[in-house]
Amino acid sequence: MVLRNSELWRFFIKEASNTSMAVLKFFCFLHVTRTYVLDVASIPGASMLPTFNITGNNVVLVDRISPRFSNIATGDVVIVWSPENPRKVITKRLLGVENDRVTYLVDPKHSDESNTVVVPKGHLWVQGDNIYESRDSRNFGPVPYGLLYGKVFWKIWPMKDFGPL
Amino acid sequence: MATPNYWWGVAKKCFTVGIISLTVSDRFASVSRISGHSMSPTFNPARSYFKDYVLVEKFCLKNYNFSRGDVIIFLSPSNHKERHVKRIIAMPGDWLNLSDSHDTVNIPQGHCWVEGDDVASSADSRSSGPVSDSLLN
Repeated sequence: MVLRNSELWRFFIKEASNTSMAVLKFFCFLHVTRTYVLDVASIPGASMLPTFNITGNNVVLVDRISPRFSNIATGDVVIVWSPENPRKVITKRLLGVENDRVTYLVDPKHSDESNTVVVPKGHLWVQGDNIYESRDSRNFGPVPYGLLYGKVFWKIWPMKDFGPL
Repeated sequence: MATPNYWWGVAKKCFTVGIISLTVSDRFASVSRISGHSMSPTFNPARSYFKDYVLVEKFCLKNYNFSRGDVIIFLSPSNHKERHVKRIIAMPGDWLNLSDSHDTVNIPQGHCWVEGDDVASSADSRSSGPVSDSLLN
């Protein structure tokens, strides 16, 4: 009886450690994939109209490899960490890389005033497609390249929009 | 003796160890080597021959609970491939007197003012302005 009990316990312990190891591996794999390869993100707000969120919030795939190899170009839709709030990411369109000359409307709702800047070294100029309702480089200036999170390349939700950008 | 099965097992083990250590170094703590003398004498004092290795904890990144005097590692604002180590001097909302230009700056939200301990040989917020909290890692 005692022997059988101890065998049973051993079996349970082995089983439990195997299971927790599998769970640990799963979460580590998830973390590495999301950090270094591919992530899923939803895009809140109206700042990227009409590219995103015409029929409800879009869910997109984010390529996290390209920024690491500087494989991004003007015109890409990128996700960057907000320079004003480290807990938030924002989705914008890349309009200039370092040394580019960017001309933008300062306040399109109220005036035609435009301004031209040269993007400093190691920085990016990002703007929302909906220039009337977007908080972007026009407000907080160029963002450091280190804040680049990833490049949006595929819409996966809603079903109707499924496909490459 | 060494069958394909055996090598498959070794490869799987290496992969597991790899992803677990990557996760730990991203989420919990990692070891970094300090080069340069901008943080002397805290790190790399002039009399030492070897570069300092430090333990960096990453739990604080969850809530961004930093305070003045903390030593932080962050991505350089002008070159994302470089990481800098400096000390936090001022936090958002603080007013700071600049000694060399007699200017007063207000630290904007989500930023902090960083300086090296060795003021003479450090390129920091005094030349490039406040650093965004999002660059900390």
